[in-house]
Amino acid sequence: MEEFLQHVINGVSLGSIYALIALGYTMVYGILQLINFAHSDVYMVGAFVGFYAARFLNIADSPSYTSFFTILLIAMAGCALLGFSIERFAYRPLRNAPRLNVLITAIGVSLFLEYTGQVVFGATPQLFPNILEDSIIFSFGGARVTKMDATILVTAVGLMIVLRHIIQNTLLGKAMRATSFNRHWASLMGISVDRIISMTFIIGSALAGAGAVLVGMKYPKIEPLMGVMIGLKAFVAAVLGGIGNIPGAVLGGLVIGIAEEFVVGYISSTYRDALAFSILIVILLFRPAGLLGRFSVEKV
Amino acid sequence: MHTIRRTFGLPLLMLVVFGVLDWFFPKMFDLYIQTLIIYCGINMILAVSLNLVNGFTGQFSIGHAGFMAVGAYISAFLSVSFPNWAGPFINLNFFLNTVIGGLFAAVAGYCVGLPSLRLKGDYLAIVTLGFGEIIRVLLLNVDAVGGARGLYGIPKYSTLFWTLTWVFICCFTIVRLMRSTHGRAFLAVREDEIAAEAVGIPTTRYKVIAFVISAFFAGIAGSIFAHFLSYLNPSIFTFLKSFDVVVMVVLGGMGSISGSCVAAILITLLPEALRPLQEITKIDFRMILYSLTLIVLMLTKPQGLFGSLEISDLWKKYVRRSASN
Repeated sequence: MEEFLQHVINGVSLGSIYALIALGYTMVYGILQLINFAHSDVYMVGAFVGFYAARFLNIADSPSYTSFFTILLIAMAGCALLGFSIERFAYRPLRNAPRLNVLITAIGVSLFLEYTGQVVFGATPQLFPNILEDSIIFSFGGARVTKMDATILVTAVGLMIVLRHIIQNTLLGKAMRATSFNRHWASLMGISVDRIISMTFIIGSALAGAGAVLVGMKYPKIEPLMGVMIGLKAFVAAVLGGIGNIPGAVLGGLVIGIAEEFVVGYISSTYRDALAFSILIVILLFRPAGLLGRFSVEKV
Repeated sequence: MHTIRRTFGLPLLMLVVFGVLDWFFPKMFDLYIQTLIIYCGINMILAVSLNLVNGFTGQFSIGHAGFMAVGAYISAFLSVSFPNWAGPFINLNFFLNTVIGGLFAAVAGYCVGLPSLRLKGDYLAIVTLGFGEIIRVLLLNVDAVGGARGLYGIPKYSTLFWTLTWVFICCFTIVRLMRSTHGRAFLAVREDEIAAEAVGIPTTRYKVIAFVISAFFAGIAGSIFAHFLSYLNPSIFTFLKSFDVVVMVVLGGMGSISGSCVAAILITLLPEALRPLQEITKIDFRMILYSLTLIVLMLTKPQGLFGSLEISDLWKKYVRRSASN
């Protein structure tokens, strides 16, 4: 029972990170119908921005909430900038091209970031700075809730609430929903579609940056290829919840995180990476639109 | 007599040519060049076979490395565990092992194809990618083929002759297939699935056939690869390998067999050609340049080098243009 609870706690903490990254995938997909493969590498760059920022500001060894929030904000800003430039220079020129070309450009951007990362940051793993001291807040029937897990969960949930507020209650969010509903009609209503797409990339990438700092705290080994696996799993989470659907991404992230934690705990850690894909295939076969997605019938 | 010559003339001629080349090449070129040629051949088989799915049938598969892994592991396992099971002839054993590897890959292709072809576009892409990863993770966990340690001591059966022969068989099969009724059906599925269905083409069956044939040749390429490298490791077959093949297909032009071949050669040789640059600057620019090329190509020439034309079409066009001048 203790073990079970501990797995649930770890799973929720991991799942909330997956959810943050999945949100970026799902938002971009909702608006452009594009699998943004470069998103996982934006996340990787976020981790390195945090790493260098901590070094530059000399807060790598002074764990406190102040340094945590500083690093978090810097990483989010860095990722937002990167996401904006990727959209501006790689995807916007292809706005009216076939979708396959955009997809391949996304793969190209992803490879470019990975290999450039290997040259600029070095291929050897680095240690993410210790920016938050870890301690046990309380024990619950033998399972421990640590300060780290609690911070991750609170930060992730806080960001999701902010995102929900932006999307549901602001003019920008309204424009984003309109653009994702129908890009052409949105532009007829006076919405600057390009600017809304840029904003989507900025918000999604900032969330990936936040996810990177949270992962960096929990699993401090960072390297240029760290985004690949977590990116794929986050994408699976987005598909699982119904891609394009924002609450779906959160649900999917939590399901994948908890399921993965159970597989590692009860079966074998080597099957960890296959799990996400098995879930994906099963879901797509029985409910192709995802858990919360709406199935649309194709009309001729 | 005439039909016999038309049907078997080219294959027989090519067999003789490859035999001569196989005897001739080791005497003319050093090991480095021979290695490059074999790698070019393997990539050509992969690219041409993936082109059948991605280019001609209009589906989007990014799990080719998974099928390659199945072929490679099955054939290598046979060669290691049951040496000479089909008699004393090495080449016969190698041929049979390769074919069996290809058949297993084809079965895997059927297993992926049948259920996942209910899906379209991006979803299909992500399922094939996921399937490739699942195969890799399974291989990591099967101790009979070495697991994460990899499979050692695979006999080095791959020669220039076998590589070129299989490249030829692959290209020949797909060219002939595309000129047949079935080929037209593949194209119809690509152009408009609903219209194809409306004129009575069983679209799902054709998509599965495309997957199976493509997976078969990917398995063949895997077998040649395994018997050339004589060592296998699951981490060779990550989805980066699949992306590589997709890049070749797109670079050459979706639906152009000669385009795929040219692109496979380019992609294989490009990192080698850029090696001097790396030695001068001491930085590994090659892969950065490779990915930049891909982005720039998509931005400037999205239909690939040849579009959907073959090299012979381009030649005819060129001749016609110079004739009219």
